Amino acid sequence: MLDDSKTIEQYLQKYDNQDICRFITCGSVDDGKSTLIGRLLYDSKMFFEDQLSAIKKDSKKFGTTGDKIDLALLVDGLASEREQGITIDVAYRYFSTAKRKYIIADTPGHEQYTRNMATGASTADIAIILIDARKGVLTQTKRHSYIATLLGIKNIIVAINKMDLVDFSQERYQKIVRQYEKEVLEHLNVHESNIKTDYIPISALEGDNIVSSSKNCSWYKGRPLMELLDTMVLTTKSTQKDAEFRFPVQYVNRPHLNFRGFCGTIASGTISVGDEVSVLPSQKHSRVKSIISNEIKDLRVKTEDEGLEITEKAFAPMSTTIVLEDEIDISRGDIIVKRNAEVEISNKFSAMLVWMSETPLSLHKNYLIKRATSVINGNFSSIEYKKDVNTFEKLTADKLELNEIAKCTISFDREIAADSYTQNKYMGSFIVIDKHTNETLGAGMIDSCIKKQDRISKRQYTEEELALNQYVRKNYPEWGCLKL
Amino acid sequence: MNSFNNLKHLEAEAIHIMREVVAEFSNPAMLYSVGKDSSVMLHLLQKAFYPASPPMPLVHVDTQWKFKEMIAFRDKRAKEVGMELIVYSNPKGKELNISPFKHGSAMHTDIMKTEALKNMLNIYKFDAVFGGARRDEEKSRSKERIYSFRDENHRWNPKSQRPELWNIFNGRHKQDESIRVFPLSNWTELDIWQYIYSENIAIPELYFAKKRKVVEYMGTKIMLDDERVPKELRDNAKEEMVRFRTLGCYPLTGAINSNASTLQEIIQEMLLSTTSERHGRVIDSDGGASMEEKKQEGYF
Repeated sequence: MLDDSKTIEQYLQKYDNQDICRFITCGSVDDGKSTLIGRLLYDSKMFFEDQLSAIKKDSKKFGTTGDKIDLALLVDGLASEREQGITIDVAYRYFSTAKRKYIIADTPGHEQYTRNMATGASTADIAIILIDARKGVLTQTKRHSYIATLLGIKNIIVAINKMDLVDFSQERYQKIVRQYEKEVLEHLNVHESNIKTDYIPISALEGDNIVSSSKNCSWYKGRPLMELLDTMVLTTKSTQKDAEFRFPVQYVNRPHLNFRGFCGTIASGTISVGDEVSVLPSQKHSRVKSIISNEIKDLRVKTEDEGLEITEKAFAPMSTTIVLEDEIDISRGDIIVKRNAEVEISNKFSAMLVWMSETPLSLHKNYLIKRATSVINGNFSSIEYKKDVNTFEKLTADKLELNEIAKCTISFDREIAADSYTQNKYMGSFIVIDKHTNETLGAGMIDSCIKKQDRISKRQYTEEELALNQYVRKNYPEWGCLKL
Repeated sequence: MNSFNNLKHLEAEAIHIMREVVAEFSNPAMLYSVGKDSSVMLHLLQKAFYPASPPMPLVHVDTQWKFKEMIAFRDKRAKEVGMELIVYSNPKGKELNISPFKHGSAMHTDIMKTEALKNMLNIYKFDAVFGGARRDEEKSRSKERIYSFRDENHRWNPKSQRPELWNIFNGRHKQDESIRVFPLSNWTELDIWQYIYSENIAIPELYFAKKRKVVEYMGTKIMLDDERVPKELRDNAKEEMVRFRTLGCYPLTGAINSNASTLQEIIQEMLLSTTSERHGRVIDSDGGASMEEKKQEGYF
């Protein structure tokens, strides 16, 4: 594990630049998912010949791969837990390279698939979709790809596995690539959603194109999987940092009268001292006075007169504390944005809903909805359509059951400031909670605002402004300008 | 330095979890075990609530058999961070004069740790208790949620665990229910050491190699921490260069021979020894261990 670092100091220095990356592997046992995870975990560690031979022995005894190493033996198959009746959703596994630390969300590929995969995909940057080279695109390939993109994953790696069983045929590989493009990608809006797809022929079992380029398929000019993972630009991360500033207030820290800090995790964007901000939904304004440093050296409790360790700037996904110039009323659940930011404020939205409970969704029933840091009352008034995740068809429906996905209309008992999930993952996601059992019943992703509250109407406009509005509406109807 | 590396991500995630719990639960506490993971967790709690003191007490379940150095370190740290320290020992253990040497480790653990923890929770009625467990520790932990729900008898019911999506946690609970919270879930052992190194976090001296009086006991090397060690063991003690990788009750905590006396040396030793440890396990399983056993053992 010390890899090529000469000394421990060099190693530690390198570690300082190590990034984090989360991915989900999609496929069933038959696709070689466990073997792939076992392979990645195994190959990322220091490799010893004696270890290999020991696993080889085990594989002969217990494995299903004959004389070859059964790497799936290294990964828990989650089978025993299922037999014991334990509800498993996701198992998390860890490995690291010099460049990145990886968190794999490993989901069991059976009955609870949609619910489990949605959970694992909610935090993932990359989805690895496994396809058996002998079988090509299957129904489950479509299902996996749909759920991955629904949950906002922007980097998809289609790993065409078991290439050793089709003699590393380039023709077979290309046929599957075309099949995936036609039968899956064409239905997923990939261009609009900025999704990037990479294809790679591998053999998880034999290690082809995992750590190094395989000699068995020299026709493949791309990077091996580990290198692809290490070098991939993670769209989810860059968009989060580049997006407009959103800060759901999580906790108000008030140790004494001279300090009132608003704590939270920056959902997106960057904030600097001096920036003008608005608090939503109340729309009160202020300015950023100071930001508590992320690199506090002296953590001792400070009295009123002591100076604090502060910084000029903070960005997503930092957990930070912001102090404002003015004494305005702000509490947990409010959203701080930059002044004049375009945010929808409404009590009615359309949303994609993944149902995760044995108890079906009841329309018009009151649920608790937790979105960012606020918990409010909400109910679903209608189902626009139910999505068949296997065929991508839109079906009419009046109920929603476990593992089903639908587009619904959700109404809250008060107004909230929200972005669509595709624009902002942490502003547009929510969970549905049962008021009595406290169970988490579903997960939702806001699509769009239905009843737009005319925020602008609260302002007093000059005659010139009103005239300009009238002129724009008359001459440029295609702009969709609101009437003042 | 990278503007936002792996450790910064893990730090932000842990702080998010801590603030979420404090915002949604009325009576939280941090279970402080004095070890390296607890040290990291305490440091993160301080960061999360700076410039205030973390709004909860530190709770230590004292088995009466912890290393003396741990107790001294615990008291010093609690004073430094300005948090209330609650120390609880099971009075039944004191009454029966429970000793791991006399009653064995199982009985000692059951009365002085498991039962003590439940008693303590019943007395103080904490509704959220922070723990330093990590998912990489063993395979069965890899599926553990960050919020682990317990019923009124502190039992874990697998059926009542909730799916956790994004960074939205469902903290709703009934009156007598409570949660164990694991803000370090996504940290690996290596992350813990790297963070201790980069943030310069205080940890007990016992982690660093030093000449200490040790003796072979139940297949491990234990330290002669006080006069309660039976005489026949004391007579065979030798002074050796040793350190500890984990800290607990001294009669149950094995020392390892090591010369690693700095953090860098500990990290280096850890990087190298992980592989040899795994190597050892592979050989073990060669002796006819079943696949199921191997799975349970948790290879990685």
